[in-house]
Amino acid sequence: MNAQTINPQSLNSQSLPVTTTRQTTSSDRLFLAGGPGFAQHRQVFGPLPSLSSAQLIDELRASGLAGRGGSGFPAWRKLAALDPAARGRSVIIANGAEGEPMSAKDATLLARAPHLVIDGLLLAAASLGSGDLYLYCSGTALDAARRALDEREDARRIQLREAPETFISGEASAVVRSIEKGVALPRDHRKRLTEAGLGGRPTLVHNVETLAQVALVARYGAHWFRSQGVDDESGTRLLTVRAPGNELRVIEVPGGITIDDALRRARVDPASLSAVLVGGYHGGWVPAQAFGTPLTRDRLAPFGASPGAGIVMGLAKGSCPIQVSAQIASYLAGQSARQCGPCVNGLPKMAETLSRLAGSHSAGGPLPATLAQEVRRLAHIVTGRGSCHHPDGTAQLVLSTLSTFASDVDAHLAGHCEEARA
Amino acid sequence: MSEALWALGRGTGVISLILITVSVVLGILTRSGRPAFGMPRFAVTLVHRNASLLGSVFVLVHVVSLFFDPYAELRLVDFFVPFLGTAKPIWLGLGTVSLDLLVALIVTALLRRFIGHRVFRAVHWFSYAMWPIALAHSLGDGTDAGTVWFLTLAGLCTAAVLGSVGWRASRVFVEFRGTRGAEEPA
Amino acid sequence: MTEKSLHIDWIACDGRGLCTELLSELLERDEWGYPRALGYGSDVPVPRQLQDAARDAVALCPRLALTLS
Ligand code: SF4
Ligand code: SF4
Repeated sequence: MNAQTINPQSLNSQSLPVTTTRQTTSSDRLFLAGGPGFAQHRQVFGPLPSLSSAQLIDELRASGLAGRGGSGFPAWRKLAALDPAARGRSVIIANGAEGEPMSAKDATLLARAPHLVIDGLLLAAASLGSGDLYLYCSGTALDAARRALDEREDARRIQLREAPETFISGEASAVVRSIEKGVALPRDHRKRLTEAGLGGRPTLVHNVETLAQVALVARYGAHWFRSQGVDDESGTRLLTVRAPGNELRVIEVPGGITIDDALRRARVDPASLSAVLVGGYHGGWVPAQAFGTPLTRDRLAPFGASPGAGIVMGLAKGSCPIQVSAQIASYLAGQSARQCGPCVNGLPKMAETLSRLAGSHSAGGPLPATLAQEVRRLAHIVTGRGSCHHPDGTAQLVLSTLSTFASDVDAHLAGHCEEARA
Repeated sequence: MSEALWALGRGTGVISLILITVSVVLGILTRSGRPAFGMPRFAVTLVHRNASLLGSVFVLVHVVSLFFDPYAELRLVDFFVPFLGTAKPIWLGLGTVSLDLLVALIVTALLRRFIGHRVFRAVHWFSYAMWPIALAHSLGDGTDAGTVWFLTLAGLCTAAVLGSVGWRASRVFVEFRGTRGAEEPA
Repeated sequence: MTEKSLHIDWIACDGRGLCTELLSELLERDEWGYPRALGYGSDVPVPRQLQDAARDAVALCPRLALTLS
């Protein structure tokens, strides 16, 4: 895995004067402080504003801020979902566990701008009157998080918890169980976390980037937030861009930019790629002809993808997409939390079948044409039949592989691989 | 009067043994996830539950009738605390132990929704202790224990339970066993 | 209350197949024995005429994996 590097562009705008009506022209917002220190943070962003819960919820609603953890759930809805009578007992968890091995943006955010995350957590807590606050993140981000928490008086009440390095560790109910019992496994979703989460108390789990954005919306307002991005993908978002032969980059971009633009901003040559996987391992493949597609929900949907947690992974020309997808599917099958029958049994079988398809040219001879149908059938069997979305996400990746690379699939069935020959 | 109570106590004891045996056997079969004796799975579970409940009723009549039977010399405490009895304290005590276990099994089964599956299952494992203890009690304490018909019955019950336990322990027990690898036994 | 929904807790379910017998109109068994309602995932709408059977399934599921609401 590549070492993390940050796009220098997001670091060079030091201590701009901050007013509540400030408009920025560049897309740099989250990394504006220029470093992780609290003093810099205060200097650039000023003190914590104070908002009532109604004010915060209204502002977030007007801002259109969508969750940055993957599901894209509107941020205000989670806050509004809490029963007002239960708010005082509520727990808020800042979720920085990036189980997704392709993602690096949350760890980067915690390393570069931890105080915005803390601000967001404290703001949400103050507006709701929540009691217990947690910051949950993987080992790589732990030190940075601890340093930041130690720096400020008002963060004393935030408890830091380490997330295990598993794909599933960031799933909301797994986060709660990890903090509660030390095992990061999802639970059945009949009871909502906002009703009975940690220790039976109403619990909000917010991605760390979402909270950092909350801290900005609370300060500068919805109008300012929307001055970047597009209507249905407002504000800026962090992207993790990976492409073979390129350094991994975490960049902040306006919402709704095209894939092509995102690649260029991360200094990846789009012409070197045959496709990108958008949204990570639970995402979907977008072929090079469609690199003009903006990173919005609607426009990505036909590819089985969504902006999700902001992952753009390039597939180099000349590498076999079926092979790569089969490897990812096998990895994901291995990451099943082994709790739910259809997931435990279905994902390995689906991954295996896809691997057989991928290995056709080396196996020699054509494969039965039913193999692709079998993959599709298994994808439909596992979808929706788990306590978390792991089977759904894995099936989505597999189905997107079959549709985006339909001609490669046909070639494999005929006994050769288009890319490997090229 | 005393004769009638005595007969009632004997009869219900024997029927209890049969019903509890049926319940244990069907409980084991239910665990396999297969249909059994031509009954669909849900019927196996249903009969398992009903045999247990009915068996418990017979056990209740069994102990109550013997309580009122002067010849049996039972005190209230003997229903709950084993090995205090005056006549055949060991064999009676085994009966008390199996009664206590039976009560625990029935209560946790009825409260399954509230106590959760784990507790239920943990207590349910004690069925494997309850049944042989009850059998030992019937052989040691029973008036008919020496008779051929009772020994035959006890033999059949033992064969049925041992047979199902043996099958339970074998590799082919669970349906879809190939896909039920690492799960905990229950 | 005309429409009820049967929830399957996949973590609890061991695919013992009682519910698929009682609700064969609604659920089929997948190749590993787990219940499956075509077109639905963990929450399956139960038409009125099957609600009694669904209640039986909830009561008889050996793993307490089903809830009707
Ligand atoms: S669906 Fe899969 S990953 Fe999710 S809880 Fe169930 S077994 Fe675990
Ligand atoms: S009866 Fe319960 S354990 Fe059996 S398949 Fe249905 S839900 Fe799963």
